[in-house]
Amino acid sequence: MNARDHTLADFARTQATLPGARVPWLVSARQVALERFAQNGFPGARDEEWKYTSVAAIEKRAFVAMSPQSGHDQAAAALVEQFALTGAFHLLVFVNGRYRPTLSAPGRLPAGATLKSLAAALESAPEALEPYLADDRSDNGQTVFGTLNTAFMADGAYLHLSRATVVEQPIHLLFIATQAGAAGALICPRNLIVAEDGAQATVIEHYAGADGTVYLTNTLTQIFTGANAAIEHYKLQQEAPQAFHIAGIHALQARDSRLSSHSVSLGALLARNDISTRFAATGCDATFDGLYLVDGRQHVDNHTRIDHAQANGTSRETYRGVLDGHSRAVFNGKVIVHPGAQKTDARQANHNLLLSRDAEVDTKPQLEIYADDVKCTHGATVGQIDDNQLFYLRARGIEETMARSLLVHAFAGDLIERIRVTSLRTRLEQILLARLPQGERIRELS
Amino acid sequence: MLKISKLHASVEDKPILRGLDLTVNAGEVHAIMGPNGSGKSTLAQVLAGRDTFKVTAGEVLYQGRDLLPLSPEIRAREGIFLAFQYPVEIPGVSNVYLLKAALNAVRQHRGLPELDAMEFLALIKQKMALMEMNDDLLYRAVNEGFSGGEKKRNEILQMAILEPKLAILDETDSGLDIDALQVVSKGINALRSPDRAMILVTHYQRLLDYVVPDFVHVLSQGKIVRTGGKELALELEERGYGWLEESAPTTAAHAAAKS
Ligand SMILES: Nc1ncnc2c1ncn2[C@@H]1O[C@H](COP(=O)(O)OP(=O)(O)OP(=O)(O)O)[C@@H](O)[C@H]1O
Ligand SMILES: [Mg+2]
Repeated sequence: MNARDHTLADFARTQATLPGARVPWLVSARQVALERFAQNGFPGARDEEWKYTSVAAIEKRAFVAMSPQSGHDQAAAALVEQFALTGAFHLLVFVNGRYRPTLSAPGRLPAGATLKSLAAALESAPEALEPYLADDRSDNGQTVFGTLNTAFMADGAYLHLSRATVVEQPIHLLFIATQAGAAGALICPRNLIVAEDGAQATVIEHYAGADGTVYLTNTLTQIFTGANAAIEHYKLQQEAPQAFHIAGIHALQARDSRLSSHSVSLGALLARNDISTRFAATGCDATFDGLYLVDGRQHVDNHTRIDHAQANGTSRETYRGVLDGHSRAVFNGKVIVHPGAQKTDARQANHNLLLSRDAEVDTKPQLEIYADDVKCTHGATVGQIDDNQLFYLRARGIEETMARSLLVHAFAGDLIERIRVTSLRTRLEQILLARLPQGERIRELS
Repeated sequence: MLKISKLHASVEDKPILRGLDLTVNAGEVHAIMGPNGSGKSTLAQVLAGRDTFKVTAGEVLYQGRDLLPLSPEIRAREGIFLAFQYPVEIPGVSNVYLLKAALNAVRQHRGLPELDAMEFLALIKQKMALMEMNDDLLYRAVNEGFSGGEKKRNEILQMAILEPKLAILDETDSGLDIDALQVVSKGINALRSPDRAMILVTHYQRLLDYVVPDFVHVLSQGKIVRTGGKELALELEERGYGWLEESAPTTAAHAAAKS
């Protein structure tokens, strides 16, 4: 059986166990998605969007969707302990793709805010979700994995903020993959964030897994920001080193709304992010920040797309990567300024630091401008540690490995500093220092 | 302290230093002048250990030991300090981190205990006051967005904190306004002592009014072609370098005699 047929058979087998199996619009949305997948299959090398990222390894593995598991799992609790952030959060934990109330601590949300598992929301009031989940633009036309997610989505987080609702504490969505439960599994979380006019929240999407486990996370998040709403979104990817991770985050922004997206990729053997937003009205603002630190045989691919479909929009995109070993990174950043999107102000930058001769980067900023009164810049660099900087530090008595560590720390630190959730920023700072040969001594400097 | 004999160095197979001799003893201040492109910065960088310049012949003894095999960081810890002609900007590394890392490394090498946070800050503040530098420069990234003058002061600040034995100042006076020149000179003079030596690379007599040298050398086409006392600088200011090429080069005997 080829990979496509395997996936179709897997769907037939698990369909009935998926949430909303008796909700007609959802059943039909899943069916439409599956047919789309059946037509296209997995992307190949001739697919422009997948030119530098092969999913052959994913096809070969033939991952299967998991039926819901129950019972308390010591291993899951240990992983939660390991990856939880310190401080006050509304915490939702998902184990192998399903919400696990016993490990979660959603806390009290302000009136006007709904935070629950997607499965529970589909159980209690599915009609509220229909306009979003049944929207077949959910993958923004970018990837077949988005349609696969719609077919197989099993659980995830549903956040709804009614008009002017502000959630002060960040929401932490922790997706854990355990050794016993996730081995060989296809895990399809689906998150839905709907912020009505003037609402605000901070959401951290966090993926982590048990070392040694091979699984595929294929996650999709949809964000809708109403007029003047503001969503701060963080994605921290710390999957098991052997795992595969494919993620979509797609936003639709109404007038004067703000979205900031920070995506940090550390784990997984192969990781692909498709992050996009569309300014559907005037005055929108988007910040796309990204950081990837890869080593060994890791492959990380970031595809981003910002559609300036209306006037007076501002976007700022900064992606930085540090590559060691035989790792490989792909960056493709589309900024599309549509006809009539005057006074667009867009800036994009992608900088890559290669620490090894065997690491490789393909970077491609892609600006398409169909309006005339706009300010757009982009830049991409791929380079090694700067000799002049290195010599300057050494000439002050700082030993070479320490000097290198300082420079890598400075390069990546630039993005970590932009993270506004203190405990997340601290955690990333620790992770970065732990990866540097002289991290401990850099810590002592502060 | 420093004895350079018949030093040849090249960059990308292009010879730059061609048989340079120079001897510097403890307590002395040597000025090196010379036309653009004559190799002054090359000499300074070779002494600090920059590997873009290949030493193809000759010898450099520092405190009686062969300097050339040592890495830049060991040279720095052994007391060599280069104030860069073009100080490097290092975004993301704050000045205070650099100073702390450098001072820790140097003190450890010299068998001194690390300073605690209070002592360190007190030392930095004291030296910054001497250099009339604003405190906020301490927390900014190394040289990033510093004005030309601030960069040069920052070099001398580092020197004052690291207390080198042999300081090589490559055009530290270039681009300084009159007041800044005095401040920087004060910083340099504060470090003059019988057990330290200094090499000042400069184009202008002005600096030498404040920091009076024991010797003035002219470097031309990779060699010292003339050595004299401080009055040589005045003569150069008046006559330029052209006349030196016609007259027979004097030896560096003046300086060498004392070694
Ligand atoms: N990295 C390099 N690659 C190629 N040529 C170089 C390099 N560094 C220096 N040179 C050349 O070596 C020669 C000497 O340069 P150097 O910087 O030592 O001159 P200088 O005497 O300090 O001049 P200035 O007074 O202008 O500072 C010049 O011709 C310069 O172009
Ligand atoms: Mg020079």
